[in-house]
Amino acid sequence: MDFLQYFGGVFEPLSFALLVGGTVGGLVLGATPGLSPTMAVALLIPFTFQLAPTQGLILLGAAYTATVAGGAVSAILLRIPGAPANIATALDGNGMARRGEGTRALHLSFMASGVGGIIGVLLLIFLTPLLARWALAFGPSHLFWMAILGVTVIGSLDSKSFVKGLLSGCLGLWLSMIGYDDIQGAQRFIFHDALTGGVNIITALIGIFAIPQVIEMLAGGRRRADVVAVAVAKQSISGSLRILFHHPRALAIGTAIGSFVGLVPGVGGQIAGLLAYDQTRKFSADGDTFGQGNPAGVISAEAANNAMVGPSLVPLLTLSIPGSPTAAVLLGGLLIHGIFPGSDLFENHPEVAWTFIDSMLVGQVLMVVFGIWIARYAARVTRVPPAVMAPAVLVLALFGSYSVQQSMGDVQVMLVLGLAMYVLERFGFSAAPLVLGLILGPIAEANFIQGSMIAAASDGPWVYFLNGTLNIVLMTLVLLSVLWSFLTSGRGGGELPVHGPAGSESR
Amino acid sequence: MTARSASRTRHLLPASLVLALAATVFWLSVTREPADAFLFPRLTGGIMLLLAAWNFARAALGLARTGDGLDRTTLGRVAPGVLVMLVLVLFAAKALGFYTASFVAFVVLYSLYDPAPHDSPVTWAKRLAIAAAFMLVVYLLFTLLLKVQIPRGALL
Repeated sequence: MDFLQYFGGVFEPLSFALLVGGTVGGLVLGATPGLSPTMAVALLIPFTFQLAPTQGLILLGAAYTATVAGGAVSAILLRIPGAPANIATALDGNGMARRGEGTRALHLSFMASGVGGIIGVLLLIFLTPLLARWALAFGPSHLFWMAILGVTVIGSLDSKSFVKGLLSGCLGLWLSMIGYDDIQGAQRFIFHDALTGGVNIITALIGIFAIPQVIEMLAGGRRRADVVAVAVAKQSISGSLRILFHHPRALAIGTAIGSFVGLVPGVGGQIAGLLAYDQTRKFSADGDTFGQGNPAGVISAEAANNAMVGPSLVPLLTLSIPGSPTAAVLLGGLLIHGIFPGSDLFENHPEVAWTFIDSMLVGQVLMVVFGIWIARYAARVTRVPPAVMAPAVLVLALFGSYSVQQSMGDVQVMLVLGLAMYVLERFGFSAAPLVLGLILGPIAEANFIQGSMIAAASDGPWVYFLNGTLNIVLMTLVLLSVLWSFLTSGRGGGELPVHGPAGSESR
Repeated sequence: MTARSASRTRHLLPASLVLALAATVFWLSVTREPADAFLFPRLTGGIMLLLAAWNFARAALGLARTGDGLDRTTLGRVAPGVLVMLVLVLFAAKALGFYTASFVAFVVLYSLYDPAPHDSPVTWAKRLAIAAAFMLVVYLLFTLLLKVQIPRGALL
């Protein structure tokens, strides 16, 4: 019960203020069409530099939880999902809103998110120490394969084309090698002065996630928004609570599916929400009313996408494999504070790990409270036009990337990566595996080199990297993730026809 | 134009560029010294080259289907915005200072993509007020709260 020991840390004045600020800010950002959870968390990272690691993580965790839940606001009122995780919410949420039950739908979405989220975080609390203890047995060869697995899993599952998904992962690995080699001090791939210190992870995250969204907003051109927010009338919280508890099956299915999906690296909230929605519809007596404003649709979808948040951090905190693109950004937030996930985190920094996890539990409760409070002002939040949002995000990206190392070179790298990512996404490449490659690249290389040195002094690299039960299991998983994507994305290693930027679901 | 030839036209250029990049990375990895420092880049570069070649072959055969590409309408819409970004980051931010350049870029971008009529003084007042208010928030966050030394230009 380590998590109880560090609960007090959450209620220290600054930590609690950050938790409240992150939750309210996250809800507003999530409710704003065009701002995704991943981008919001990436833009927040520069604000954590001057904070202690625990407080920085509390802010990022609160923003992660709240932006996912806040995305339901635009899904319900505008039928525009604030994030891919809220796609299923729009199906029935907007139907309820059009019937004059917009506030009720918002209440249900936040309450269901809260229930799902709390159970998801409890899963995180009880599974993480078990896996972290298991991770103690990992040597350099296992850590190398784990890092490669992280890239291939997200490369295979996140992209609609497995060749482009894996290629995106390789591009990320290559970006991570730019700069000076850690062991020999040799210059590698430094084509410009701005790259001398390598590609800074935070700078890259801001560019890769923020700039393509700015351009997407501009791609709409100079036109009025063709969607109108549905007016929200005042509705009682107790009435909403009654409806929530009249649908225990939807709540249970959503929570169970979200928790399970979150544990599988790379699958993400979009799948969780849609899968839970579909299963709830199948098991429902009034399944034919789904899509027309059935509250069960909102409850199951929102319970699922927030139940996913906690478990998606289990592989991240124990094995360095982020369960979602936003978790990948959180990994970047951990690494800049010199904290490595896995046994190191729980052995050497238990106060950081447990206070962060505890804050996510408290954050779920705050998210429900502030979400219900914000519901009455929700229609206003959704009215921010892209013509204002795009320059605002651009300016934040400019200042955020400069503040990392106070370097103009970083700002230039941020913009170049962002523009390149926009073009790559338009041609089916994906941001999530690229970012994973960039983040996991140094871990993979360091363990590869360390393993090679051990191998040179023992039985050679083939035996060291390819023998042993754990190595074989991990290699098999790498191969299975690639094979799965190969088989599911069409014959011939091909691609699913996708319209629009393929990587957009990863943001 | 058949679907396959349209796909070929759309995907061949980006696939060629990715292949050229992968080939360059692999070539540099195998030719640069010290060889030990390029051990991992060689491994990654080799896999990247194989995947890029596969991707190129699929594009050349008209089998690449993921992504809509960039059509002229989209390019025409995003080009002014991208130009503003490039000018802001490459020239204006350093020459004018971050705050002045960002304020100007905010107003220019907002005006370029705002559907409201340009000939109304109210519209312009609103644009300037929103940009100024946002820059004030940025100033409070970065300069006062985070104490980041932001480059200043002629004005701010």
